Amino acid sequence: MPSDSGAFVTALNLILGLDPDLLNIVALSLQVSLTAVALATLIGLPLGAALALWRFPGHGVLVVALNALMGLPPVVAGLCVYLLLSRAGPLGELGLLFTPTAMVVAQLVLVLPIIAALARQQVEELHQEYREQLTSLGLSRLRMIPTLLWDARLGLVTVVLAGFGRASAEVGAVMIVGGNIDGVTRVMTTAIVLETSKGDLPLALGLGIVLLGLVALVNAGAYLVGETSRRKLG
Amino acid sequence: MNDMTTLSITETPALELHGVSFTHRGQRLLGPLDLRLTGCRRTLVMGPNGAGKSLLMRLAHGLLAPSAGRVDWQGRTPRQAMVFQRPVLLKRSALANLTYALAVNGTPRPERRARAREALERFGLAALEKRPARVLSGGEQQRLALARAWLLDPEVLFLDEPTSALDPAAIKAVEDAVQEFHCRGTRILMSSHDLHQARRLADEVLFLNAGRLIEHTDAATFFTAPASKEARAFIRGELVL
Repeated sequence: MPSDSGAFVTALNLILGLDPDLLNIVALSLQVSLTAVALATLIGLPLGAALALWRFPGHGVLVVALNALMGLPPVVAGLCVYLLLSRAGPLGELGLLFTPTAMVVAQLVLVLPIIAALARQQVEELHQEYREQLTSLGLSRLRMIPTLLWDARLGLVTVVLAGFGRASAEVGAVMIVGGNIDGVTRVMTTAIVLETSKGDLPLALGLGIVLLGLVALVNAGAYLVGETSRRKLG
Repeated sequence: MNDMTTLSITETPALELHGVSFTHRGQRLLGPLDLRLTGCRRTLVMGPNGAGKSLLMRLAHGLLAPSAGRVDWQGRTPRQAMVFQRPVLLKRSALANLTYALAVNGTPRPERRARAREALERFGLAALEKRPARVLSGGEQQRLALARAWLLDPEVLFLDEPTSALDPAAIKAVEDAVQEFHCRGTRILMSSHDLHQARRLADEVLFLNAGRLIEHTDAATFFTAPASKEARAFIRGELVL
């Protein structure tokens, strides 16, 4: 135990001292996960809304598949992206393997199903309520999408947060396609794994604290935004 | 769009329903019925719950497609709007709900605010323009829905039991609004099961029972000498089963 509490103090020193290694890792983690979540939001929200509004043959299969992909193990997502980007793979010529871009792609694969599937549920519920009024106003289904997404915005903030939680917490996918290269593709989760196995508990613990803090901060921000607009909009 | 006089002079096309019926899960809920509505009259759709009043309005407005038969506008499809029993308002301010409707029908952006404010004023909602529409009272929400319909300048206005959840003051406001639409030359098709309301508003009555159109007569005739025994019972206030 004494060594553990020593590790905790050293961890705090690293954080408060703005250790450059620590900062680099944190910055890259945020860059990768936020980019992945932003892309997944841009694609996933309209995709989920479209699935909520249109019925076509195979619709049910697609919805079930999307829901199932929410539970896709990160290592499997990482493996798929690895095969795609590896030198012998179909996209091997791009030379993206072991770059932050590859990590963004892998996290996008993980986060997109979550955002699309949950957005579909939210939009479908709202559409039930709005359908007759919007049809009466003369809106086509395509033109309903922005209206429904905007009016579902309070719920969708939580959806995007769920996506961010998944992206920032996963380790398997970025480990496989990023390779945990020091200063290039090392992010908080992969660094924690490495430092723990090396026995450098202070850095691992410091990163863990930062990771927790960031996730808590993002969630608190979203909660505040949600609560104020909920009170404002009824 | 600015020249309102030419708009009111062009005649609203007649609405014809030919053998229209609506079936859901093998059960026929409405029809088959034939119907012709013309002019700028106020037509009250009456009948007990489940008679098919709402269905008839939704079929006429085009929210539902008939299972058989056809709904025909003679010549062209007129501008229409519908006010529902429970107003469906968007999660934004009262004013934004109105500018939204104007945006949808293609009103140029610079005109939207002024026209929306005008409509709020007309329906006594000017003080509430910044309030979120969803936190307004039931009566205010229904007035906002009417203001939205007003901005669409409909030639035909459908109202599906618009007052059934409101208190007397709010009912009065809705009925006044209906009269304003009427004065503007809008054809009104409104369902209600309130006989007093029907007497106040109706030029003619469609009486439905169990999915069938029993009577289509002038209001005066309907309230004094209804032809069917169902309508006689309904007017006497008996339970029509």
